[in-house]
Amino acid sequence: MTNMLTQTTLSNGLKVLLKEVHTAPIISSWLWYRVGSRDEVNGKTGISHWVEHMQFKGTDQFPANILDKSISREGGMWNAMTYMDWTAYYETMPADKIDLALRLESDRMINSHFDPSEVDSERTVIISEREGNENEPLFTLGEAIQQTAFRVHPYHHEVIGDMADLRTMTRDDLYNHYRNFYVPNNAVMAVAGDFDTNTMLARIKELFEPIPSGKEPARLAREELPQNGEARLSVEGPGATYYVQACYRFPAASHPDFLPLSVLDSLLSGPSNLNMFSGGISNKTSRLYRALVDKELAVSVHGGAQATIDPFLYSITMTIHPKRKSDETLAALDKEIQRVKEEKVSKPEIARAIKQARALFAYGSENITNQGFWLGYAEMFADYEWFQTYLEKLSKVTAKDIQRVANEYFKSQSRVVGTYVPLDGRVA
Amino acid sequence: MIEKRNSALPGPDDIHREVLPNGIVVLTRSNFNSPSVVVTGYFNAGALFDPDAKLGLADFVTSALMRGTKKRTFDKIYNELESVGASLGFSSGVHKSGFNGRSLVEDLPLLLNLLSESLIAPSFPKVEMEKLRAQLLTGLAIRAQDTSDMASMLFDEILFKDHPYSRPEDGHPETVKKITRDDLVKFHRALFGPRGMVIVIVGAVKAEEAVRQVKRALGGWQVKGQKEAVELPDLKKLRKTVSKIHRIAGKSQSDLIVGTNGPKRRDTEFMSASLGNSILGQFGMMGRIRDVVREKSGLAYYAYSSLSAGIGPGSWEVSAGVNPSNVQKATDLILAELNRFVQDGVSEDELADSKANFIGRLPLSLESNGGVASALLNIERHDLGLDYYRNYEDLVNEVTRENVVSAARKFIDPDKLAIAVAGP
Repeated sequence: MTNMLTQTTLSNGLKVLLKEVHTAPIISSWLWYRVGSRDEVNGKTGISHWVEHMQFKGTDQFPANILDKSISREGGMWNAMTYMDWTAYYETMPADKIDLALRLESDRMINSHFDPSEVDSERTVIISEREGNENEPLFTLGEAIQQTAFRVHPYHHEVIGDMADLRTMTRDDLYNHYRNFYVPNNAVMAVAGDFDTNTMLARIKELFEPIPSGKEPARLAREELPQNGEARLSVEGPGATYYVQACYRFPAASHPDFLPLSVLDSLLSGPSNLNMFSGGISNKTSRLYRALVDKELAVSVHGGAQATIDPFLYSITMTIHPKRKSDETLAALDKEIQRVKEEKVSKPEIARAIKQARALFAYGSENITNQGFWLGYAEMFADYEWFQTYLEKLSKVTAKDIQRVANEYFKSQSRVVGTYVPLDGRVA
Repeated sequence: MIEKRNSALPGPDDIHREVLPNGIVVLTRSNFNSPSVVVTGYFNAGALFDPDAKLGLADFVTSALMRGTKKRTFDKIYNELESVGASLGFSSGVHKSGFNGRSLVEDLPLLLNLLSESLIAPSFPKVEMEKLRAQLLTGLAIRAQDTSDMASMLFDEILFKDHPYSRPEDGHPETVKKITRDDLVKFHRALFGPRGMVIVIVGAVKAEEAVRQVKRALGGWQVKGQKEAVELPDLKKLRKTVSKIHRIAGKSQSDLIVGTNGPKRRDTEFMSASLGNSILGQFGMMGRIRDVVREKSGLAYYAYSSLSAGIGPGSWEVSAGVNPSNVQKATDLILAELNRFVQDGVSEDELADSKANFIGRLPLSLESNGGVASALLNIERHDLGLDYYRNYEDLVNEVTRENVVSAARKFIDPDKLAIAVAGP
């Protein structure tokens, strides 16, 4: 098994990462753009995600219905995703068919149509996508928390955008956003799988290097102000189940404290799984499960750390036990948080978190799509070295580090606590 | 580049199948590319055995297996698993219940020990059962608010009227409340046993070592009088289209399912129906259905068709999530597509596209240990033969346009459909 890694930047600024993996006759190709909901101003929220949808609507060379058929005919799997910090397009194909994906991506980096009638029909599709999200209590709660946690920083809105903007954005808004951000010097091409590096690199150069570089897009950099005092909010909606989310401010993924915090996340609520194409593990012996679920204050608890460019939130989501009040559950959470601040965690607990991370890494490396994903994903908030050295860095985390970050980041005066209040048949 | 794509697929030369003296069937395939291993399988104890008044019993039992055994407490079981980053879980199906676990290969013995203890000697501690019941009931309260789950339940009620397939495996609040610890113990005693059990191990372990470990953990399990599978009653087919709505106040979107019966997995029409379904609502970006409902009309974010084929009669469904005011419009578009599908069939090009997709995507679906493990389970459950994936290309290629249209006509009568909607 050779895992040869090559990193280079083309003359037009496109960064290329290639990793040869000869375990299956498969190649996964990922094109990442440094654009996401954090690059959106009010009035244009949701524009990055909508542009991503428009990238499936065709170019001269690959009209819409040809495009999806060509990939599927070859047995490929493809999709795209928009996040706060980035937008990514991927194709995983039988190795001898990957050229189609490379041609498609180089073409739609510059030649997408954004036909006005397609923009109109996609508008209602995205509105429908948002309506589907609104059916979910945790979406409505999460949206309210984000807008409370971020007043200045553009992490304040959901990736899908606000309904008001989805109704009013125009074709030209979308097209301009596309032209501004979809330039080779704002992108990372990452390919993993069964290929020869020299041949692959030559082909990528041939297809992508003719695309001229553009003006380096300015990214919004409005830093969120410190929060002085706990914020609490509630959202009402249908249902019979209370949910509480307690969200603490976490540093950027590239910050050294992200590592001790990842260990702490494992201890508190089971390890967050950052793999996109591989499942996680249960959390029934995490501290919070034992304190909240075993003690019948909640029926489930989950923690979620996310790797972001700027400081974001660590959210603890509790589904409240039907016989309990949400304040009782929150008080039990606070007790556990207090414990990690006051008492040093034991060495075996740290060793356990590291072993969990090692296992999740092994599961993630079973498939090539996930390996391709990591190549570019790590580049979006740090660099690939972040991923390569992650386990090693994690193994250096000490109990002292953990106690320090517990005190520094798990502060009630800078958290947001949101409660979903079920109407249980009552009218809002 | 790796040559000979076909030989990379699982086949008789690299799948090891062995029947242990107590009846357990073991299937393994090695993959040393990652230091991990997947363990999965099933046994004959599904929701079919649930009495109506205690629907959700099989689900309760499987959820309870790891809540304590004769040797270890709930916390101890999960502590051992989670401390090494491993996972193991049980879930109930209609005919059979299953398990699924994974670990680093060094922890395979631990995983198999916990599997064996949970299957053979669960203790169903009373306190844990009540905790679990509260969790199951909350799950059902959340289900009651989920438009997609409720549409799906309503659809099964219409399509499988008076048949066990009409029942949700996780039961109803009133039935789950009635289940006692004694029910769990009796269900376990009557149904659990090595006969009919299949275990699949895929990952960084050699076949003989995997089998040796399974023998050590489960080879000694013997159960006298293990209950046989129950016979399925005949299905009463719909005589006309039946349409029902389930209201959930306060929701922004409705889920819609239009469909009918589909083939069993072992029916000769299965492959023709699968290819037809691909053209109808899967191929490319969800086939013809998405093209009319989403691309041309902008009515939905998701719209697709699916075929679910198992041991008994299956279902063939078209699903979409739409604004409540567009339910009728979307239904009409779907009905028109079903009519066209049944009357005109599919074109040579469409069929060629879907065939190429079925064949081309196979290596992708068999890439991870989990993917290979489900393929091996599929082979065993439906008796497809160890060479099934090696012959797959031929099986796909022999389907003709005539086969597709006759499968469509056999199963889909556009005047006799089940239509279920859940929304505000």
